[in-house]
Amino acid sequence: MAGRWKNDLNWSDTTPKAAWLNRRQIMAGIGAAAFGGIAGPALAGLGAVKSDFSTVEEPNPLDHITSYCNYYEFGTGKEDPARNAHMLNTDGWQVEIDGLVDKPGTWTMDDILAGTTLEERIYRFRCVEAWSMVIPWVGFELSDLLARVGVQSGAKYVAFETALRPDEMPGVRSPVIDWPYVEGLRLDEAMNPLTILATGLYDEPIPNQNGAPIRLVVPWKYGFKSIKSIVRISLTDKEPPTSWNKTNGREYGFYSNVNPTVDHPRWSQASERVIGGGILAKRKPTLLFNGYGEQVADLYDGMDLAKFY
Amino acid sequence: MALVDGINGAVKRLPSWPLYLLGAVPVVWLFWQGLTGGLGVDPTKVIEHKLGLWGLWLLIAGLAITPLQRFAGLRLIKFRRAIGLLAFFYILTHLLVWLVLDVQIPAQIWADILKRPYITIGMAAFLMMLPLAITSNNWSLRKLGPVRWRGLHKLTYLLVPLGAVHFVMVVKGWQMEPLYYLAVVIALLALRLRPSRRRRAAAA
Ligand code: HEM
Repeated sequence: MAGRWKNDLNWSDTTPKAAWLNRRQIMAGIGAAAFGGIAGPALAGLGAVKSDFSTVEEPNPLDHITSYCNYYEFGTGKEDPARNAHMLNTDGWQVEIDGLVDKPGTWTMDDILAGTTLEERIYRFRCVEAWSMVIPWVGFELSDLLARVGVQSGAKYVAFETALRPDEMPGVRSPVIDWPYVEGLRLDEAMNPLTILATGLYDEPIPNQNGAPIRLVVPWKYGFKSIKSIVRISLTDKEPPTSWNKTNGREYGFYSNVNPTVDHPRWSQASERVIGGGILAKRKPTLLFNGYGEQVADLYDGMDLAKFY
Repeated sequence: MALVDGINGAVKRLPSWPLYLLGAVPVVWLFWQGLTGGLGVDPTKVIEHKLGLWGLWLLIAGLAITPLQRFAGLRLIKFRRAIGLLAFFYILTHLLVWLVLDVQIPAQIWADILKRPYITIGMAAFLMMLPLAITSNNWSLRKLGPVRWRGLHKLTYLLVPLGAVHFVMVVKGWQMEPLYYLAVVIALLALRLRPSRRRRAAAA
């Protein structure tokens, strides 16, 4: 079991991504040379373009992100998703978009991705369990998709639902929470440019255990808000139910913004363990809105964040 | 019964001190793995969780010894002190990992103990283990006398279920594993109720 984790990386080794990118840059360079172009270090793979919203912090290596996941549909252990998520068949994936929209309907992944420009968004990711990573997502702004479906004037919230496939998701056989997993955002949160739908990771299609083929990423909220493997998006006029809030409302609120001063009954949120630092790593102070206050603080002007936690 | 007699005979010949050495092996191995990258990307949590779980196993093993003797005739009592002390050292290490490697911030530790019910309960269980660990030697047994010593060590019947409840509270949502452990603990305690009631009935 422990042997599964073995690799030849050292915990102090913070350069795997650089090495990884070098290979890509060399490949891109060869491609660019072949066309006689002067392309910069463009990314290969999905070809995501860089974004000003990315942090300059060093991302965790791919194996951290794919081996340490909370995705209870595949089991409650951190390593269960990596072990079990291969069972999920994402071929022919469809997303139902309904509710207060002009063009309700069923969207295939091709429909969703047609005409979108994929961006690389390197975001800090903060779990409510007080650990964090830096993750190079690939995706597009949720607001792009919402603009295409036409949000009606009465809509105030966006509700999301994860696939529920007992044959492919061994974890849903036990009632850890009330399946399917559901999440929601206020419409202005959903329209914020930081809010993306991710379809890739490290410029490759997103692995199943990280929420393939399409997941939400809301970097200023605790990770459980960033719902995975989405099959339904509904625009509503009422605050939609959210899974962890239904399971334990005292511990998990609808907003669940990262906030070091709003204490959680289970884990102090004042600081975080940075994944990959090894057992002697110092904790890091947690930032309000996970450090994204400049982009999102005004969404909550005048709100008591201790009350709307 | 040949099997039971065989085991009892073997137990008589075995010393109990090697248990202390054997019990240290998994802990050393765990820290070694944690330091050398063998426990994945979040070794602190793995160590913390494994020590808590193994500590609970040992507590349950300690609780099982009397019922095993009463209902199966297995005499393992000579190992009970070692098992109990090992359980104490595992939980002590579990607590130290939490203090030193996980929370790290001394000011926060006290707040955590007071504010987080699962920590409060874990801590209560640990504090009850302290006097038991301190008196787990022949000198204390003589000093206290068997009646008082046994009375004191009945704290086990309270602290082990508290440890199991702590586990139930640690996990998110409704998970079965900690509930199974709690059920086993309750069953082991319930087994102790029956004979005494029968004895009372016989006396009446
Ligand atoms: C008899 C006493 C105790 C027992 C039997 C016990 C047992 C356990 C078990 C079984 C787990 C979960 C392991 C897993 O998930 O696989 C756990 C987790 C934990 N325990 Fe204990 N424990 C005890 C005392 C304590 C004490 C005294 C503290 C600290 C003051 C503590 C702090 C924790 C923490 C912080 C976790 C992990 C929580 C998390 O990951 O969120 N425990 N314990």
